[in-house]
Amino acid sequence: MTSITESRLTSRLGALAERGEKALGMFVTSGFPDLDATSDVLRAIDAGGADFIELGMPFSDPLAEGVPIQRSSARALAAGVTMERTLAYARAFTQDSETPLLLMGYGNPVMQYGISNFFRDARSSGVQGVILPDVLPDPDSPFFRAASEYGVNTVCLVSPTTPDARLDFIDELSSGFVYAVSVTGVTGTDKGDADPILAYLRHVKERISRNPLLVGFGIRSADDVRSMVSAADGAIVGSALVDLVGACWDNDAMPRDEKLATIENFVRELKSGTRV
Amino acid sequence: MTESTATYALPDVRGYFGDFGGSFVPEILVPALEELTAAFEEAKHDPSFQAQYHGLLRDYVGRPTALTFAERLSEHLGGGRIYLKREDLCHTGAHKINNAIGQILLARRMGKTRIIAETGAGQHGVATATVCARFGMECIVYMGAEDIERQKLNVHRMQLLGAEVRPATSGSQTLKDATNEAIRDWVTNVRDTFYIIGSVVGPHPYPAMVRDFHTIIGREVKEALEAKEGRSDPDILIACVGGGSNAIGLFHPFLDNPSVRCIGVEASGEGLDGRHAATLTLGRPGILHGALSYLLQDSEGQVDLAHSISAGLDYPGVGPEHAWLKQSGRVEYLSATDDEAMFGVKLLSETEGIIPALETAHAIAGLARIAPDTAADQLIVLNCSGRGDKDMQTIAGAL
Ligand SMILES: Cc1ncc(COP(=O)(O)O)c(C=O)c1O
Repeated sequence: MTSITESRLTSRLGALAERGEKALGMFVTSGFPDLDATSDVLRAIDAGGADFIELGMPFSDPLAEGVPIQRSSARALAAGVTMERTLAYARAFTQDSETPLLLMGYGNPVMQYGISNFFRDARSSGVQGVILPDVLPDPDSPFFRAASEYGVNTVCLVSPTTPDARLDFIDELSSGFVYAVSVTGVTGTDKGDADPILAYLRHVKERISRNPLLVGFGIRSADDVRSMVSAADGAIVGSALVDLVGACWDNDAMPRDEKLATIENFVRELKSGTRV
Repeated sequence: MTESTATYALPDVRGYFGDFGGSFVPEILVPALEELTAAFEEAKHDPSFQAQYHGLLRDYVGRPTALTFAERLSEHLGGGRIYLKREDLCHTGAHKINNAIGQILLARRMGKTRIIAETGAGQHGVATATVCARFGMECIVYMGAEDIERQKLNVHRMQLLGAEVRPATSGSQTLKDATNEAIRDWVTNVRDTFYIIGSVVGPHPYPAMVRDFHTIIGREVKEALEAKEGRSDPDILIACVGGGSNAIGLFHPFLDNPSVRCIGVEASGEGLDGRHAATLTLGRPGILHGALSYLLQDSEGQVDLAHSISAGLDYPGVGPEHAWLKQSGRVEYLSATDDEAMFGVKLLSETEGIIPALETAHAIAGLARIAPDTAADQLIVLNCSGRGDKDMQTIAGAL
């Protein structure tokens, strides 16, 4: 079994826990809405107080994504985003900021880049962790081997359908944190009633022992964040931010400064939900 | 359905055929796939399941399907003796129903109440809608918006059978996107929903399970050839390959006999230097729809759009077992263009009075290339995977 890799991500999450504060992770698609936007968007998210950022590596067939992230991925690909550019955005960001950056995406673009090369280059670009929702935890898989060789965290997911024995296994192979999908569904889904989600999160939280537990999918507002972090170590917001970024960029009348300020304020507002 | 033969026993327990296959899916689906694997293993060894499955194949589908000696086609091509395995005579008009029957019986056994499927040409959608009507189950079929246009007749059939046809409007709006949508539905409704996949694609155990529900094709060929020709194994088997289900159903019972030459024919669309769907011929290993197999993709690993005149072959992936059979050299893969397929449609129609599906027509085009070089005593079996009624509009437009 791989051991938990100490990283800037784990120490950031540890420091928050010590202060009794919850974590806010923000997801945004690389190269969205256009190639010039990403570096500024990342800085705005950081300025708003996100505790870590997930930069999405676009894929043509993202089967765990709802419409907002599907569309953002298609738009980024049409704009010409490549893995090399995504890694360059990561490098530029991590040179300027202490905020941990993760890459999230699908197995195939990583495989075509070269699995080992990908983790090597992610590491040298300052990336702390990688989340690949269609690559299942398996200590013998080339993905997990390369991640552990290059000391990159592999964040694994759990869902409301995951049985207890598998929670243990996932906790064992996950590093950085364990990502709880709030409901059975794709990203951007309406998560519905909070109570059953909180009960499930409490159960997972009790069960796992090696990793912090963060929750994502369908979290859109500071109230959502506040509610979810009552049973988890933090919350992750993706589709809502992607929607906002898209709306700002589609508003030709809005000056760029105002677009970026809108994003920053949105993140700040969400972050307020993590201080209980 | 039968146990894998003694020497050819793939996939392994992890669902791999050599380097290919496996399970690349969101975590949400892992328990569902494990449950399915267990239910399928159990059903395989349950005589009552077997009796139900074979009973329906006989009384509802109309099996065994005929093995027709294609006398005039054999003469015309001037080589060996050509037989047609008549899957076009199955209820609903294609082989797809063998698998739909098997999977709906499993769904019922597992207590699932809602059925979803993806479809390209609409044949698998029609087969699924048919078995759902037969068993009174809710049925939702995802179909690319573009395919809804070119296979209108099958859309009407599915609707008449009580299914809801949901257009997949993302991406290329064809089979690839319909499959994405079906997987997203399954991820969302996994507790009560059974996903009936239409070809030997997807995560483990689907490629093996769908195959096993189609090996009846090859096993019936063995029996019928024995009766007609005094030998069960022919010299050549030939079938079209989209995802690869009709081809593997024909080939699988013969894979242990190296003297049976197996040939799969992919769609090369406008030609190998134009838009095509020749995944095994020109693709590279990659991950799509839950499995590692050959894939049409760009250098960044973004999936390319496929093209074929035949909606059922218009898919940038292929079943992982075919990837393995190509890599191991056990099966040869050729390709045929849109124009060659049209030639194939005419050839079979005019020589045998059988209008084949456009998918099948690719196999006929491949056959026309190889048959003239065979000896008169050689036996060739072509899988006539479906009938051409559904394609009449496309065929009329292209002729
Ligand atoms: C008649 C017919 N043949 C062949 C195919 C291709 O599928 P497969 O390669 O899985 O047999 C289809 C798919 O729709 C079909 O309708």
